[in-house]
Amino acid sequence: MMPAGHYLFLSLALFLIGAIGVVTRRNVIIVLMCIELILNAVNINLVAFSRLYGDVAGQAFALFIIADAAAEAAVGLGIIIAFFRNQETVFADEMDILKW
Amino acid sequence: MLDSVLFYFFAGIAIVCAAMMVTRRNPIHSAVFLITTLLATAGIFLQLRAEFLFGVQIILYVGGIMVLFIFVIMLVRLDAPLQELRFTFQRWVTAFVALALVLEVAVTFLLLRRLPGQGSLVLRAVPADRLPPNSEALAQSLFSSYLLPFEIVSVLLLVAMVGAVVMAKKR
Amino acid sequence: MPTGYFLEHLWLIPLFPLISAAMMFFFRRLIPKAAVSFLCVGSVALSFLYAAGAVLELLAAAPQERVYQQILFEWITPGAFATTGGLTQFVADWGYLLDPLSSVMVLIVTGVGLLIHIYSVGYMHADDGYYRYFGYLNLFMFAMLTLVLANNLLLLFVGWEGVGLCSYLLIGFYFKKESAANAGKKAFLVNRIGDAGFLLGIFLIATTFGTVRFTSRGLGDPVAFSGILQTLGALIDQHRLAYGAPVLTAIALLLFAGATGKSAQFPLYVWLPDAMEGPTPVSALIHAATMVTAGVYMVARMSAIYQMAPVAMDVVAISGALTAVIAASMAMVQTDIKKVLAYSTISQLGYMFLALGVGAFAAGIFHLMTHAFFKALLFLGAGAVIHALSGEQDLRKMGGLYNTIPRVSRPFMVATFAIAGFPPLAGFFSKDEILSHAFNRSQMLDRYLLLWIVGWITAGLTAFYMFRLFFLAFRGRSRISTHVEEHIHQPPLTMTLPLTVLMLLSIIGGWFALPVLWGEKNYFAEFLAPTLGGVEADTGTVQLGQHPLLKEYLLMTASVAMASLGLWLAYKLFLKNPKLHTQIAEAWPRLHRVLTHKYYVDEIYEALFVNRLKDLSTALGFLDAKVIDGVAVDGTATLTRVFSRMSMWWDKWIVDGLVNLLAKITSGFSVPVRMLQTGMFSMYATLILLGLVILLGYYGHHMQSWVRNLR
Repeated sequence: MMPAGHYLFLSLALFLIGAIGVVTRRNVIIVLMCIELILNAVNINLVAFSRLYGDVAGQAFALFIIADAAAEAAVGLGIIIAFFRNQETVFADEMDILKW
Repeated sequence: MLDSVLFYFFAGIAIVCAAMMVTRRNPIHSAVFLITTLLATAGIFLQLRAEFLFGVQIILYVGGIMVLFIFVIMLVRLDAPLQELRFTFQRWVTAFVALALVLEVAVTFLLLRRLPGQGSLVLRAVPADRLPPNSEALAQSLFSSYLLPFEIVSVLLLVAMVGAVVMAKKR
Repeated sequence: MPTGYFLEHLWLIPLFPLISAAMMFFFRRLIPKAAVSFLCVGSVALSFLYAAGAVLELLAAAPQERVYQQILFEWITPGAFATTGGLTQFVADWGYLLDPLSSVMVLIVTGVGLLIHIYSVGYMHADDGYYRYFGYLNLFMFAMLTLVLANNLLLLFVGWEGVGLCSYLLIGFYFKKESAANAGKKAFLVNRIGDAGFLLGIFLIATTFGTVRFTSRGLGDPVAFSGILQTLGALIDQHRLAYGAPVLTAIALLLFAGATGKSAQFPLYVWLPDAMEGPTPVSALIHAATMVTAGVYMVARMSAIYQMAPVAMDVVAISGALTAVIAASMAMVQTDIKKVLAYSTISQLGYMFLALGVGAFAAGIFHLMTHAFFKALLFLGAGAVIHALSGEQDLRKMGGLYNTIPRVSRPFMVATFAIAGFPPLAGFFSKDEILSHAFNRSQMLDRYLLLWIVGWITAGLTAFYMFRLFFLAFRGRSRISTHVEEHIHQPPLTMTLPLTVLMLLSIIGGWFALPVLWGEKNYFAEFLAPTLGGVEADTGTVQLGQHPLLKEYLLMTASVAMASLGLWLAYKLFLKNPKLHTQIAEAWPRLHRVLTHKYYVDEIYEALFVNRLKDLSTALGFLDAKVIDGVAVDGTATLTRVFSRMSMWWDKWIVDGLVNLLAKITSGFSVPVRMLQTGMFSMYATLILLGLVILLGYYGHHMQSWVRNLR
């Protein structure tokens, strides 16, 4: 058996990478992909602890998260397309119409 | 023994590919690296005896979501030079924040005076043949205890579908 | 106590003329002239009849019982207040008193008044304001009768003011003439000055005695009804008041001040000559026979108090003598027939007060009565002359009327002899009474002797100017303008009949005192003694007793001699040698001028009082315009402006400033917050992450324990 902490660290690492990516990258599509990465990290965490306690609820939760991630990715990409049609850009620092 | 090997193997792939994904210039490259990361994650799931999730991950995540991503990347492909700046101006702040987060977690664990992997947080060995069949157990809980979230998620998917269609429609 | 129908109906006597006056005022021109005459003269006639009946019933009682009072209703009941005698219940009632003194007065007022009313019918028949005249005249009768019949000082004062009002109304009867209107005002104002003193005297009496009623006798229950006379006696018995007490002197002097105004004594006599602007019958009634005698009556009524205040008596006597001689001197040079008679009235009133002042109260009233007869006769005669001469009043333009209007001139001559003091006419007896009292009280070269001398000399002056008047008006060569002379007409019977009656009265009126000639008591004085005797005290009261007969005869001879001297001088100067008086006037021009200008008294009064009052009003007007209007009104306006400016500053800078400050603070706060809205979601994401880190750090220690509790 793997100690649960290892899974925790893995999850943390992936989370951090994803978070850094969300904040740092200019291309919003990449940002969305990083968000998917974050969600995955959380999934690993959940499943690991589900295995630890023998409770299948964690996996159910993870399943929901996957479904939710799919929906979110679809809608988010739809927004990007709509925005791209208007402003002709996918770069974050050029998207400042809501500036003060 | 096999567990550790598998774990370290898949974990390493996941982390490395994730790091690569975040730093690529070309979005297609990033997408491909994300696919590998997701596949590695699926492997982790398998190692954790979650077969259903392993399957779902590959089919849904990789086969559905990433395909969608690839489509959109190609849709918004710009002819702008790929030499452009990749990172926003917040990179230093982000570095600091990430470091802070790591430190916090480390401190927490240190205060417990246990290194990870020792002490209470140990996976209690549930022998492999004692585990209930994963799909059945999952289905059982999904359709009894978590029926409501299940239904809500279906509504959510419907809403998302409608929303995406509306959002991306040509006016 | 005397009783009888007329006494019980005493209250009707003032009421008759009041009713006819009221009818005059309400119905005015609706009543035809004949009815007016009938009503007004008739009401006075009725009053006279009732008065005569009441007096006869009074005489039926014993001399000590001749007091009758009746109370109509309680008028003023303010309740208890403190006096020198302790706490009393003050009550002033509307009641009438008939005793010897008031019976004399009421008979004079109604009798002479009736004659003058009859005369007025003829005199005023051509006048447009016929009804108004009789209305006022009857109102005057009502007021005068209230005055003489009043049983207390307050009601007397009501009558006092009433006659003052009617005097004003009647003097200013020809109101379209400015001099007449002014004369009315002057009379009322000068009167008022005296009235102020009178009121103070009444108040002082009220606080000293606790009552203003004259006496408590003549009523059913005298104990519950205190009178001044009785209270005075009680206070003297209790040694609370003494002979010569200051409060009594003060009362006496204040009351005399009122008498000075009403009876035209020095220095408040200036209104009487001007009062001649009114119709002549008015002058006869009011300013000779009745109103001006109200002062004399009032002093006589309060004789008990005066006898206790010798200082006041001296003041009265000296004032009377002074007035008599000054007025006589002014009468000598007057050219208006009525003015001469006016000054003569003042002079004779002075005689009356002289009498009162030396303690001869009865003699003063006696002279009042005889004076009423012959002065009324003189005025009515003068009126007849003026009427006959179609309004001519200047003596220089008269003359030779003796045989032209005999029915006027004969009574007039009798009256002149009477006023001069020739026996056996009325004036002789009364004047002689006064002078002999003055002489008899003197003890070798004291003030009483001086008073006698002044009175004696004045008698001569009186004879002089009266005969001057007679000679100038009736005798000698006619100086009448031809235009007037053509229209001389005999006065009607209504005018000559009263003259005749008054002439008879002037002849026999003094015969009450005939017994004095042979050393017996004076009937008149005897009649009045119960009223004028005063409080029984050892104060040297009036002695009606006998004097040595020889002394009396000597004094009589002296007065007649003086009167004859006056007559002879007048004869010489005005009849025998008509130009002589003009030569004398030119010989002493300054003296003549002073006399003609009446000692410049009017001018002095105007400078001293009238102009000073005008200056005061000018000053007050200035004060009002500049100070009050300037400071108060304009000042308030300026103050309001200043305040409004301050308000504006406050509003603009402080109130609005606060509001603006709030706005500025809010916008100041909003600036950094606004900067957060960069529109770049990567920054938002950074902030989310940062928030997560902070939260973890903050709640980190909870996580430890949670982790520790895990299995």
